[in-house]
Amino acid sequence: MRWKPIRFVPDDTKIHFIRVSRFGFFLSGILCAVAIALFAFKGLNYGIDFKGGSEIAIRTQGPAQLDKLRNELNNIGLGSIELQQFGSPQDVKILVPAQGGGDANEQAAQLKVIDTLKSLEAGVEIRSKDTVGGKVSEELTQQATGAVMLSILFVLFYLWARFEWQFAMGAVISLLHDVVLSIGLFSLIGLEFNLSIIAAILTIVGYSLNDTVVVFDRVREFLRRYKSMNLADLIDFSINSVLPRTMLTSVATLMALLALYFFGGEVIRGFSFAMIWGVVVGTYSSIFIAAPVLILLGTKREISSSEANPEKGRGKRR
Amino acid sequence: MFHYSRWRVLLILGTVLLGIVLALPNALDPLGYSNVMTRFGLKPMTLGLDLQGGSNILMEVDQKDLTDKLQQQLMGDIRLSLREQKVGYSGLGKTDNGVTVTVNKPEDTDKASTELKKLLNPVDSGVLSVGTAVNLFTLTQNGNQFVFAIDPIGFDAKTAGSIKQAIHVIELRINGLGTTESTIQQQGKGRISIQIPGLQDPDRVKTLLGSTAKLNFQLLCAEQATAPNSLPPPDCAAYPQKESVDAKLLEKQKTDATAQTLTDAELKALPQMWVQTSRQATVDGADLTDAQSTFDQNNSPVVSFKFNQKGAVRFGKLTADNVGKPFAIVLDGIVQSAPNINEAILTGSGQISGRFTVEQTNDLAITLRSGALPAKLAIVEERTVGPTLGADSIKAGVYASIAGLVFVMLFMLLPYGFWGIVADLALIVNLILLVGVMSFFGFTLTLPGIAGIVLTLGMAVDSNVLIYERIREEWRHGKSAMQSIETGFKAALSTVTDANVTTLIAAFVLFGVGSGPVRGFAITLAVGIVTTMFTAFVLTRLMVAAWVKRYKPKEINL
Repeated sequence: MRWKPIRFVPDDTKIHFIRVSRFGFFLSGILCAVAIALFAFKGLNYGIDFKGGSEIAIRTQGPAQLDKLRNELNNIGLGSIELQQFGSPQDVKILVPAQGGGDANEQAAQLKVIDTLKSLEAGVEIRSKDTVGGKVSEELTQQATGAVMLSILFVLFYLWARFEWQFAMGAVISLLHDVVLSIGLFSLIGLEFNLSIIAAILTIVGYSLNDTVVVFDRVREFLRRYKSMNLADLIDFSINSVLPRTMLTSVATLMALLALYFFGGEVIRGFSFAMIWGVVVGTYSSIFIAAPVLILLGTKREISSSEANPEKGRGKRR
Repeated sequence: MFHYSRWRVLLILGTVLLGIVLALPNALDPLGYSNVMTRFGLKPMTLGLDLQGGSNILMEVDQKDLTDKLQQQLMGDIRLSLREQKVGYSGLGKTDNGVTVTVNKPEDTDKASTELKKLLNPVDSGVLSVGTAVNLFTLTQNGNQFVFAIDPIGFDAKTAGSIKQAIHVIELRINGLGTTESTIQQQGKGRISIQIPGLQDPDRVKTLLGSTAKLNFQLLCAEQATAPNSLPPPDCAAYPQKESVDAKLLEKQKTDATAQTLTDAELKALPQMWVQTSRQATVDGADLTDAQSTFDQNNSPVVSFKFNQKGAVRFGKLTADNVGKPFAIVLDGIVQSAPNINEAILTGSGQISGRFTVEQTNDLAITLRSGALPAKLAIVEERTVGPTLGADSIKAGVYASIAGLVFVMLFMLLPYGFWGIVADLALIVNLILLVGVMSFFGFTLTLPGIAGIVLTLGMAVDSNVLIYERIREEWRHGKSAMQSIETGFKAALSTVTDANVTTLIAAFVLFGVGSGPVRGFAITLAVGIVTTMFTAFVLTRLMVAAWVKRYKPKEINL
């Protein structure tokens, strides 16, 4: 069988990631600061899962007259109702704000909007409607925050048990980096932040770790094999040697996600977008954040090698 | 690693074959072979409501209403008990979370105390399976004043009991509508989750579930209200009449088309009827055995009902003792009608009339048959997906999966050639296994679940990539072809395990705290990881071993 395989990443790359990582830290630091600022001042575009209210997806018979519907719906005394094009010109998503004062009010508001729609648009189809009451949305918010925290904590323990604490810290720092940047992006573009975005973030957590662990695994192996190599060189060497894999897997995953983004339908688009971003950031952070952090934390050679070395120096080994 | 015993090969191929068989119904079902499949106990994947269309309703016991009911009941019991003991009392009324009553004569306090203690109302806390009893109320005594307060633990136990009862009632009501395949289950401590697939009109269900259907037959008080808001005499309570409620509602709907009920304040402002509240004058709907929607002699829709023996005896006594007097049929605090008792009704059956539509009598009969809800239920979350959107989502999901599969498969051929074909085969088997496992265990496929499958597509090849890259590295470092392959698989295993276990952790957390669709995503993700481990380290390995054995390669062409 004669097949000339195509190498996407050349063999024996000798990129000095550690040297570049200073710019990586700098860039990531700025981006994270921007992300946190965005989150603090602009906030997220919370969906009804987290702030309560109703979300109604409709399909009109002709192209929807958004302005007319918007005007009429904002005149029925339910607060500011948002309308968004949702896929085709016939599809509209209607966001009714939380009414407060009990769950019955949310139900009543939903009914009122639907009745108004039916009187405005002949033959309107209610494609889906979700109504979340105040108490449930509060619980969902707590659960979602808890879920992200809890999974990070579990992962920290797992990596601690399997590697050394520096590795666990490195993974978690790169993880937080990914989560912060993702939230920053959602805030920037105003992507609706709902339960499925939380699922996406948790998967980003999983994916980013996947990538990080592959690099770490190699670092650990080389720490055992090349006992005299300096740590920075060793980490560079490790990243370079898993680089073809990192790139191939990320591209393969991106291809699947792009298929989901373009063919998966409107409902799942926000979710697939979040995942695509997560894969890009996760790949970046496993190379430029997680591994260099190992140097910053002063990973001790003697823990991973079998050599007994009583020196307890925590200094940067560069 | 290249030698596989025959039974091991059979075991591996058998697993793959089993996966194919389990996944088969998903391909055959749309072709109309569902009967054949069910005969062998096989079924396609269960589709979530977001894919097949339907409603997901989360209800919660209305705590305020439950508190209210408990207070009412306790007040009735206090009244009855003190009267039996001939203890004079005053100031019987509700407090924030209980009831207070004052005994008139100091010498009666001891007797009252003994009697009132009997009303503490132990409930099964259900904390331990043996059943520990906790009291629903605590009683404190200040001189001759007695204060009942609702005990939080007892109240929780009561709520739990109410939930169980409510689930039973809801089941009867929803099944009464002829809707099958609905799922009704408790969620958390005080909630009920109701899933009704393929339902077109969730609003009717919501109305059906909204009424507690507490039915009472009570005598009218001799004296009647002269104006709204006038105070009823002792032992009488004021209830609005259905006619005035209907009229008011109609008027309200002119300005607010969606109004379905009146507020408490609006109800109070209506003309009231006074009905007796003493227990002797009351028969309640708990003793009904049947209720049907029929027509009376004037051909208007009515609900006819039958009592059980106990109810029939009580109803007979109530009517026999009060011939010539009017009595009220009270449903959820509204007087439906107040006919005169012409003769003793000993047959234990009767009718409720009151300007109903046929649909109303139908629903009323269903609610009466199923019994009363222990307390009002509030809808705290509702998610409904129409059938067309569900179908669109499936279609989109299938397209996305196929497109993703094609992309990833072609992409694997570029760098790996022949090895890429092995990876692609593994990928296809992986998907089939994933679908087979989901189908067999009855895991529900949701829209995010489809996303999970597509994501698995991308991540599944990762194991192969890790193995191949490792083999390649070993080969380039001068090992023999055989050695490279062997080391490649061995070295990649620990990496893949570490990497996948971390993803699995995320999936478990998602499943643990998530609800509905998010859980669906977590399930596909977790199953996908497991099947990926199998295909990469068992199936791919077998295929590579078979190839090595056959061709004895001297070099690695990767």
